[in-house]
Parts: sequence; C-alpha cells; structure tokens
Amino acid sequence: MSALKIKKGASSHSVYDLRDSHSQVESSHTLAVIVDNEAGALARVIGLFSGRGYNIDSLTVAEVDHKGHLSRITVVTRGTESVIDQIKAQLGRIVPVHEVKDLTVEGTPVERELALLKVAGTGDKRVEALRLADIFRANVVDSTLESFVFEITGPSAKIDAFADLMRPLGLMEVARTGVAALSRGV
Amino acid sequence: MARQMTGAKMVLQALKDHDVDTVFGYPGGAVLPIYDEIFQQNDIRHILVRHEQAAIHMAEGYARSTGKPGVALVTSGPGATNAVTGLTDALMDSIPLIVFSGQVATFMVGTDGFQEADTVGITRPCTKHNWLVKDTEKLAETIHQAFHIATSGRPGPVLIDLPKDVQFATGTYREAKAARVDHYQPQVKGDIEAITRLVELMETAERPVFYTGGGVINSGPGASQLLRELVDGTGFPITSTLMGLGAYPASGKSWLGMLGMHGLYEANLAMHGCDLMINLGARFDDRITGRTSDFSPKSTKVHVDIDASSINKIIHVDLPIIGDIGHVLEDALKIWKARGRKTNAAAVAKWWAKIDTWKKVNCLAYTGSEKTIKPQYALERLEALTKDRDRYITTEVGQHQMWAAQYLGFEDPNRWMTSGGLGTMGYGFPASIGVQIAHPDSLVINVAGEASWLMNMQEMGTATQFRTPVKQFILNNERLGMVRQWQELLHGERYSSSWSESLPDFVKLAESFGWKGMIVSDPADLDDAIMEMINHDGPVLFDCLVEKHENCFPMIPSGKPHNEMLLSADAEAFKGGGALV
Ligand SMILES: Cc1ncc(C[n+]2csc(CCOP(=O)(O)OP(=O)(O)O)c2C)c(N)n1
Ligand SMILES: [Mg+2]
Repeated sequence: MSALKIKKGASSHSVYDLRDSHSQVESSHTLAVIVDNEAGALARVIGLFSGRGYNIDSLTVAEVDHKGHLSRITVVTRGTESVIDQIKAQLGRIVPVHEVKDLTVEGTPVERELALLKVAGTGDKRVEALRLADIFRANVVDSTLESFVFEITGPSAKIDAFADLMRPLGLMEVARTGVAALSRGV
Repeated sequence: MARQMTGAKMVLQALKDHDVDTVFGYPGGAVLPIYDEIFQQNDIRHILVRHEQAAIHMAEGYARSTGKPGVALVTSGPGATNAVTGLTDALMDSIPLIVFSGQVATFMVGTDGFQEADTVGITRPCTKHNWLVKDTEKLAETIHQAFHIATSGRPGPVLIDLPKDVQFATGTYREAKAARVDHYQPQVKGDIEAITRLVELMETAERPVFYTGGGVINSGPGASQLLRELVDGTGFPITSTLMGLGAYPASGKSWLGMLGMHGLYEANLAMHGCDLMINLGARFDDRITGRTSDFSPKSTKVHVDIDASSINKIIHVDLPIIGDIGHVLEDALKIWKARGRKTNAAAVAKWWAKIDTWKKVNCLAYTGSEKTIKPQYALERLEALTKDRDRYITTEVGQHQMWAAQYLGFEDPNRWMTSGGLGTMGYGFPASIGVQIAHPDSLVINVAGEASWLMNMQEMGTATQFRTPVKQFILNNERLGMVRQWQELLHGERYSSSWSESLPDFVKLAESFGWKGMIVSDPADLDDAIMEMINHDGPVLFDCLVEKHENCFPMIPSGKPHNEMLLSADAEAFKGGGALV
C-alpha cells in the first residue's frame, strides 16, 4: 500500500500543503500503475473504476518486467483534484498494486499511441488520403486498389486530427492501442 | 522444513500454524477433501452452521470479540454466493476474515460445471483480496499471505477459492515464515512532524473534541489504553461512532456518547461547534457527517487513519496522519508529555460548560409507561442488570440497534459487535454465536428486532448443537420499526410493507429447538424476566413485546446538518421533511 505522498509546505493551519481550494475544475491525468502480472489484477483496477464511478479515457496494459513478474497499466482518467487523489489512494489499496505514478503531476509526460486506420476510396480521394498520410508521417501497411491501412503513432490528439481528416476520404475502421506514457528526464 | 502433503491437509496444517482453533462452515461436494481432513484431527473445531451467510457473521463475531481473524469454509457455487453478504459486511466494517471456498476442478473451470460460480469474480469487490489457487505447490504460501493481508493495515476479509483437484493433489507445504509478504507492508508509524503539529493544536485548542471510530478497536486493546490516557490527560471531550463504542469507557468523565444520525445531542453539537476535531480511526461516514457542506464548519480537522484512501475522501482535513492509531497515539502522548502536558485549560473549561448546557437537554429522555414496555426502558433495565457482568453485546439492524448504542454502556473494546457499514439485518444472531464460541463462559446477548432476527433464525439449530447459551433479547414491536419511522416522518405515514405479519410464536419456536422461550409484555415483570434469562444455562429466546410506534431520537434526517437534529418533541413539526438516503 502506498502512502499518500503529499508534499510538505505551508498553509494557514496545515503542515501539508493539500490544495489551495477544493477546485471543481476537472483535468486529465495519466497514471502508471505497476501491478503483479497475475490473473485478475487488471480486473481489480477496472472494477475499481467502474465500481466507484471514475472515468477511464484510455487504458493499456502489458508486462514490462518478465523476471519481476510486473505489468504496467497506463490509465488516462479525468476528475477534480480531489477525485484524482482518491483514485490514486484507492489504487494504492489494491493488494497486487506496487506503485501508482501520476505522470501528469510529475510534469507533462511523453505520451504515444498507435493507431491503424482503414481508408477506402478511389481517384482524387485516394490520392488526397495518401498525401495527408505523408504529412502526418503515417505509414501504409496494407494496400489494395480500393483501400489503404495506415499506421500512425503519436499523441492522442494527433491521431484524432488524422482520423478527422480521413473521415470524408472514406475512413472505414479505426483500431487504437490507447496511451503508453513515461515521465520525462530521470 | 518442507513437507509433502495434499492440498486439503495443507489447509488444516496452515490453520494450525496460524493458531486457528475454530472454523465456521458448511460442507458440499467441492470441499469434501477438506472436511475429510477436519474429521481426522482434533486441534481445530468445526462449527456446522445452517446457512453460509451465518458462518461469515459468526466468524465476524468471533474476530471482533477476540481481535483474532475469523475463519470460514464454504462449498462452491451456492455456498460461495451465500457468503457474499457476510463478506461485504466484513469489508465495510474492516473485520479480518479468511474464507475458504471450494471450486470445481481446474479442468472444469469455465464450463458451467455443476455448482460452478465465478467466485473470485463475484467476491472481488467484497473482499480485501482474493485468490483462485490452481496449483497445490502455491497453496501453503497463499494461505500464509491471506492471513498477513487480512490482519495487517486496515483489516478485512480475504477469500481463497480452492478447486477440488488442488485439494486432492500433493505438494510441498512451506512454512509461514517463508511466505513472501514483503510488498504489502502498510505504514504503521505516523509522520513525527505531523504528530508534533497535532500536539501543538491540542495545546492551544479552545473547543477540542476527539471523534473516534472502529480503527481504535482494530488497532488493539493497547490503542484503547493510550486513548484513555490522552483523553483523561487533556480533559478533552470524546465521542465515538457506532463502530468505536467501548474504546473509551462510557463511565469515563469525558464521554459524550455516540454521535451521528441517532447520536446524542451533546455529541453532535460538540462536533458542530468545535474548533479542533481529532478524528482517530473513523471515516466521516454519511451517517456521521449529515450534510457535508455544513459539517463542523469552524474546526481544524485532524484525521489519523491507517488507510490513506479514507483521508480527504468525504471531508477535507487540515492535518492528515497516516498510520496505526496505537502507534500514533503513543507518539502523540510522548510528545505531549515531553512538551509539558499543556492545554488551554481555561478555554476548555468554558467549552465543557457549554457542553453541559447541551447535556441538560437530556436528549435520551422518553415518555415512560406503566402499561407497555418502552424499548428504551427495556434496554435501561437490561443495562442495569447486566452491566457489571462479563458481557458481550451483538445487535441486529434497526431502531433496537440505535437504542442499544444509546442506552447500553461499553467499558471496554471488543464487547460490542454490530453491523455498521452495511447495516445487515440478520447479522446479530449468528454473530452472537460466534462470540459465545470464543467466550464460552461469558454472557452474550443479541439485542434484536423481530424482523432482523427472523433473517437468520435457522441458526437456532447451531446454537443448540454447539451448546452456546446465547440470549436473544428481541424488542418485538411487530414492525420493521426503522422503516416505519422513516415512513412516519418522511412519507406521510403511509406504512408500506413495514408490518411484521405472521410472526411465529417465539416461545414455541424456542422450545422446538430445545431452547428456553420467554414472553414478556408487562413492565412490572421485566426485571425478573431478564434475571431468569441471564440465569438460564442455555440459549434463551426472549420475546419482549414493546411499544409498537416508538420513534428513535435524536435523529438527524439525512442530508441535514448536525445542528438541525430532531428531538422527540420536534418530530411532529418536521413531518414531511423529505430526506435523500
Ligand atoms: C438485509 C436487510 N434488508 C433490509 C434492510 C432495511 N432495513 C433497515 S432497518 C429495517 C427494519 C428492521 O426491523 P426490526 O429488525 O424489527 O428492527 P426495529 O427497527 O423494529 O427495531 C429494515 C427493513 C436492512 N438493513 N438489511
Ligand atoms: Mg421490529
């Protein structure tokens, strides 16, 4: 169980600097949750979010340390500061959870997502799709005479923008991995 | 020393290694190998219940009254699903339990086999942790980890799901000390700087109050001892949640009584008006805070809790201290003494004078009767006639539970078992059997409502079989009293399905199970009847016919702040006020 790591500071009558006011503003946070790679660990994390009514905007999971038997779950969630604090504290209670890192608090993290987009079309539309793909540095990973599958990597917003442009050009299907994220520096 | 044995034998071996003397359970196909092992040994006693829900509540009663974890054993499918209410109850009230469930063989899992249920899936949200053990080699270590997790940090129930082939197979038994538990090590020592700040706040506070909860009880008898020392040393008033009763003695001079929805007037107003609130192991439950935006508006709030997620969950506090109550109290006392045992005595005396004016309201006063037994009167008499005995009290859920909390006094921790967080009707009777099993020579009384009591009445057979002389003190108002009270106050007196119809003849029912049955309706007979109940060497079903439409006051209607509490006289004016939950 991870203790609340509240930074020490000074406020009127608190040894800890909790927060200036109880802000009602929602913000997006990217959390990295290091868990034992065991059956049910992901279900516990997801069950916590659904059971307590928290948002999940994106979720990815994969083993990152084979010897240590550890997986990394990256969750992008939204909420007021106090909800985000609750989410972190609740995640910390889950027994197989080793660590909860709030990458958003540590500074803007490096975030990447991979997407595959199938775009069908002929003539001008097909040419335009290919031109835009080039601008976005998307790769063609499959092609027929009437379709392309593009592979694109980047922050989620870039993928959103690319998908928006492809829509009028014959976007058929999108598959996205969800966000993988690391904090910057050491 | 590693030894080879079957999975079923490992279960018994591990229980012995963890000093378990009692298992509450019910057999079925998927746990027969374990029952076969139980049959072939004499160290661990198995209490055969009549319904798995009751096994869990018994284990809870056992755990809460001893401070040791409770152990239960159920079969797969329906056995496991019947345990769910008890597990949820134990999770809400932080009761350490280790529950074993049988499961179909590993090669059958996922095939909708006979009596297969996704037990780890179903119980994931109602346990602190759970495991499906697929390999006998891992079983011993899992059981050791289960004991560690159930009992450390904020305690709670854990479940181990055991496929039948894993019970039959042979594997290596690993000793408890070899089990890996390193990554789950909750912080018990509080931050010394923060504790020093708490002491500073105590030195200058003008209107302080201690607000204590179940965490003090869970921290062990040492924590209650330290609490008494700190409270009596500072002279600060103290109130407690339903779950924390007994941590500070009811006869103590600083005791304000319970707080919350049906808490005492003086306790709630002290919470509302204080300038320093010291929360020790309580969790700002909605039954305590009322409307959170108006909760204790002028106080600096300190919250000591072993569970970081309890802090700032409902009420924002100024000084959080994460740690075990006993450890934090020990440090706080040490620092307070070293700094010269200072308090703002003059201001605190003024604060007490104010509190004394609230006490004069005498909020527990009720209109007595010569003709019918008032439930409050019944509890006053029960208190007077039993308080000097070696006594344990359990309750069911409803008005009687709140009256018991108001009118009975608890001098020590672990003497009061009630379903607080989940509010489970049917808890008290099996819990009383669990307590009696742990304390065979003590007086164990379940203060019950007739409706709640019926929810687990099948356990009469268990009490008879295992010779537990539990006393079932039923305040029979022939009503789902608490529901009826809300309907009276909030739903225009439309009493929708809140009658207890077709009740049994409790005396005959008792006799049919070999119990003593008693029925009392005249206040003049009450004392003698209570003495007869106490003196009977065996279980007693005491049908105490009480006033049917009595309301439980004080009451803070939900969604209202503490200073808008209803006393009995205000109720008439309030009718139709509307409440949310
Ligand atoms: C299992 C369960 N079902 C429903 C409720 C809702 N409930 C709370 S109190 C109550 C009435 C309890 O009646 P009784 O046991 O006779 O106690 P009384 O209030 O009359 O003292 C009910 C139905 C509950 N707490 N638990
Ligand atoms: Mg009743």
